Amino acid sequence: MWHLLHVTIHLCYFAINIANALESHLISKGLLRRYKSLHISKLQYLAIVIESEDCRTSNVIELLQWLADLGVKHVCLYDMEGILKKSKDFILEKFDGATLFQENDVLLDQPLMTLEFASLSDGKEAVAKAANVLFMKYLKSGSTSSYQGEQIFTESQMGEALKTVGGNGPEPDLLLVYGPARCHLGFPAWRIRYTEIQHMGPLKSMKYGSLIKAIYKFTMVQQNYGK
Amino acid sequence: MKFLSKVVQPFIKCMHCVLSVGPMPSHIGFIMDGNRRYATKNKLKQVAGHEAGYSALLSMVTYCYEMGIKYVTAYAFSIMDLMTEKFELLCRKDSFFNGYGIRVHISRNLQLLPQHSRDTANKLMASTVNNSGLLLTICMAYTSTDEINHAVEKCCQEKWVKNDGGIISLADIEKRMYMKIAPDPDIIIRTSGESRLSNFLLWQTAGSYLYSTSALCPEIGIWHLVWAVFNFQRYQLFQKKKNKHLK
Repeated sequence: MWHLLHVTIHLCYFAINIANALESHLISKGLLRRYKSLHISKLQYLAIVIESEDCRTSNVIELLQWLADLGVKHVCLYDMEGILKKSKDFILEKFDGATLFQENDVLLDQPLMTLEFASLSDGKEAVAKAANVLFMKYLKSGSTSSYQGEQIFTESQMGEALKTVGGNGPEPDLLLVYGPARCHLGFPAWRIRYTEIQHMGPLKSMKYGSLIKAIYKFTMVQQNYGK
Repeated sequence: MKFLSKVVQPFIKCMHCVLSVGPMPSHIGFIMDGNRRYATKNKLKQVAGHEAGYSALLSMVTYCYEMGIKYVTAYAFSIMDLMTEKFELLCRKDSFFNGYGIRVHISRNLQLLPQHSRDTANKLMASTVNNSGLLLTICMAYTSTDEINHAVEKCCQEKWVKNDGGIISLADIEKRMYMKIAPDPDIIIRTSGESRLSNFLLWQTAGSYLYSTSALCPEIGIWHLVWAVFNFQRYQLFQKKKNKHLK
């Protein structure tokens, strides 16, 4: 019974994938009117999360080209194991439409796309490093008496400490997951508080039309923030 | 304790028999969203929307219990999403929780509640502390960034007292998280069609399957849970196949 149900679900997803592929084709040909004009300015910072085993640089470069064509200016590429980080120079060399994102870069319109590379070490491990930075700071300040109180430091101080250790870039507005399931794979927690997370399927099956649809969907989202 | 009707309970047990052939999640998190929209949609007062949301939460907890899931964590966005009087109503359901052997833990800042609500919450936690069934954690006035900040603060305080010159490690921080009482969630279910985590369990969800349903919180039911578990199992099967291939 379990196997039968899973086979049935698998067939349903197969049918859905075919429908999505067709829709993606129509979108990329510009045949679906509503996807023709994207309010890309709403997307200040985009994160792409990729399963480390699927990190083919040729696919990544093609994806970056699509994003550049759509007008996306700031992108963070993330995979758990840091495969993309190790390929950073190769990617920047092959995709000449980008520069490396600098810590102090402000998210302004720039002629070239800025690229950031992140991995698991920029998440939890960065928080541990930031914790030690904060601890040393307070030891040196001599304000140890404040340890008796409720709060030693604020979240913004934590954010500053993360910046010091290189673990606090901008918060992405949208995070696209290229992998088998919708799962953020440890993207730095401090940066995805209100980030929209969308699943795109495996990187090897990426489609231009699906990318447009995902960005369009994001531009239509209205965050209530408790209203 | 007649929460589940005599028709629904056997059906859930049957679903559990079928689902448990595959890998079952041990921890599911719920982001309860959409109570106000439900009230607006059905021309009800906001209070009625929250009441319906809290009933839906209790239903999901019982379904999870019947399906052998050990940990459930529910995110009450802000103090208003689980309004004080409704929160107290929930806290007075100790006979319900004890009947199912559910232990209730309220995570984070009870100081934001009035004294009588705090007392009711503490009483509920005390009365269910010895239950060994499902652990229900309700995150009140909780944010993930506050949890991380608090854990780091605690580490700094203890390091200062110890004064042994050691460094704060990742393990030190993880031991001091509010959510250390449960393993990382296997699935996060968010209602109302939103696709963000809204500062919920950001630290713990690196490997979690994130499932979003367009149903508003009061509309969520057993089928959403079953569908989420099926998709979790698909993901687990893929991971297993991949690991086998890598060996």
